Amino acid sequence: MNANLVKRTLAAVVATGALALGMGAAQAEDVKAGFVYVGPIGDHGWSYRHDIGRQAIEAALGDNATTSYVESVPEGADAERVIRQLAQTGHNLIFTTSFGFMNPTVKVAKQFPNVKFEHATGYKRDANVSTYAARFYEGRYVAGVIAGKMTKSNIVGYVGSFPIPEVVRGINAFMLGAWSVNPDVKVKIVWANTWYDPGKEGDAAKALIDQGADIMVQHTDSPAPLQVAENRGVVGFGQASDMIKFAPKAQLTAIVDHWDEYYVARAKAVMDGTWESIDTWGGIDSGMVDMAPYTNMPDDVKALAEETEAKIASGEIHPFAGPIYDQAGELRIKEGEDATDEMLLGMDWYIKGIDAELPK
Amino acid sequence: MDWLIPLILTVITASTPLLLASTGELITEKSGVLNLGVEGMMLVGAISGFAVTASSGSAILGILAAIIAGMLMSLIFAFLTLTLMANQVATGLALTIFGVGFSALVGSGFVGFAIEPLPGLHIPVLTDIPLVGEILFGQDFLVYLSIVMVIAVGFFLSRTRGGLILKAVGDSHHSAHAIGYSVIKIRYMATMFGGAMAGLAGAYLSLSYTPMWAENMTAGRGWIALALVVFATWRPGRLLAGAYMFGLISVLQLHAQSAGVHVPSQFMSMLPYLATVIVLVIISSDRAKIRLNAPACIGQAFRPAQ
Repeated sequence: MNANLVKRTLAAVVATGALALGMGAAQAEDVKAGFVYVGPIGDHGWSYRHDIGRQAIEAALGDNATTSYVESVPEGADAERVIRQLAQTGHNLIFTTSFGFMNPTVKVAKQFPNVKFEHATGYKRDANVSTYAARFYEGRYVAGVIAGKMTKSNIVGYVGSFPIPEVVRGINAFMLGAWSVNPDVKVKIVWANTWYDPGKEGDAAKALIDQGADIMVQHTDSPAPLQVAENRGVVGFGQASDMIKFAPKAQLTAIVDHWDEYYVARAKAVMDGTWESIDTWGGIDSGMVDMAPYTNMPDDVKALAEETEAKIASGEIHPFAGPIYDQAGELRIKEGEDATDEMLLGMDWYIKGIDAELPK
Repeated sequence: MDWLIPLILTVITASTPLLLASTGELITEKSGVLNLGVEGMMLVGAISGFAVTASSGSAILGILAAIIAGMLMSLIFAFLTLTLMANQVATGLALTIFGVGFSALVGSGFVGFAIEPLPGLHIPVLTDIPLVGEILFGQDFLVYLSIVMVIAVGFFLSRTRGGLILKAVGDSHHSAHAIGYSVIKIRYMATMFGGAMAGLAGAYLSLSYTPMWAENMTAGRGWIALALVVFATWRPGRLLAGAYMFGLISVLQLHAQSAGVHVPSQFMSMLPYLATVIVLVIISSDRAKIRLNAPACIGQAFRPAQ
């Protein structure tokens, strides 16, 4: 029952109109960027952070850029319609910001060869389709290190959205981080089967805390699990944006999505005519993965977290450094090697030691 | 056993918004009005309650604001369908869509605000009784209110003159009109009661359940409340049981998962809806029985005979 409204900044539209009249001979192409969000921008999480990136384009390019967005677009047939509509209404750069928009994006892109598409978290590219994602697992590894130090019950509660590689990789990275400092940590995982339902995410967190978890990790988009942690007197990690306001006593840090620079660079590339199809996967070093301030922890844990973050950025630590075995005991990553990007992107197995069954 | 108490506590909080909203809708439907705008009214109630609580610091004012906001939403619906005789189904759907957008618009300034959750009751001795103490005497007052309201509605419908009149209006508006009752006025009041309760349910979500504002935070609970009314065949007792059953199913699957019981979580997520469909099939198979209790004039516009 979502009303999918295309909202435009009226002033910006007027500005482009004036601009188009005034500079017919100019070389640079004006950017009209369209964004498709899977959730509402008010989710204070995933879609919200993409919208911050959209605003960065407007701030950086001023009158040369207009942007519009469509929020709460379901992953499915509706998505294709929305993307096509954006392409038809003169947008020359379209960001589709959820994994489930992959096939619709590629399909529409074929029909609009002159429009540039940027698809987040997918793996299908084309001459006019780029993909981009962030190595959030690096942040989750840091979170794992903190959790390993902070837990008293040695039980970590993990609220997952869907068992897709992105989330599974996050769980694995988190546990590798936790075990690097505390081999006794156990994880309990609850799949909420939604990216965004504050009530259900909160209930999942309650269930986990009731089962003894004293660290709350989430891979869903609302602040509800962290808020439950705050009310129940345990600690946890924010997701996608800094959620300290919701949990001043509970948030240890948050893994913050930071798309601004990438979005501005891509919009500029369209303007300059230098845009080409690329695959970007940026980590802590690129700035795409940002850690919120480390709070509610002793100084030594904070120092360790900062050190881990720095070492990941410098490449000294790779979260998925071999040897790594899967649950069946099979050697997946050899001693002395790091996981390849291909392996990370398709990760559909838990590492050895995780006592849970991955839903198929 | 130590898992049981927390489970029950979580079930109570998951069931309360469903119970509040469906109790209101029950009265609305009993008067012969089908208001599909519950989701929208809940959302507007949720943001009104949150905004007023966040600005004033008073949860009581917030709850009152949520009730008034829900009533105003239902008043829009009542005016369109009862006075202007618009189609109730279409208007109700529009009200939901309006509520989703309007609450997001009003709420955009409140994203990221944090407030204190409603305090739970604490009666010395009673609340501290082992096992049952916290369940019976440790909830916030909206939980008790939801139970009181459903009992009051049951009493009102079966034991009072007002309840009889309401049912008469819902079952045969022409007859009720002929013997001198103001059908339109009674329906206005019933619709506004439904709006007030939906607003209250929204306030429960944004002030107690997850004390924050997030767009679309009802996530379909308004629709479940609507299904519940039919599920309960318009009977308050069954409504109470149904609300708690839906709450239990939705919470149980999360507890089962964290306890390591391997059930496909997608299947468990689907269960509340599956249960609704199954019960609908069962009660619909006995036509006479459902007809006895379903308001005969539901969804029909009333035009007084000239």
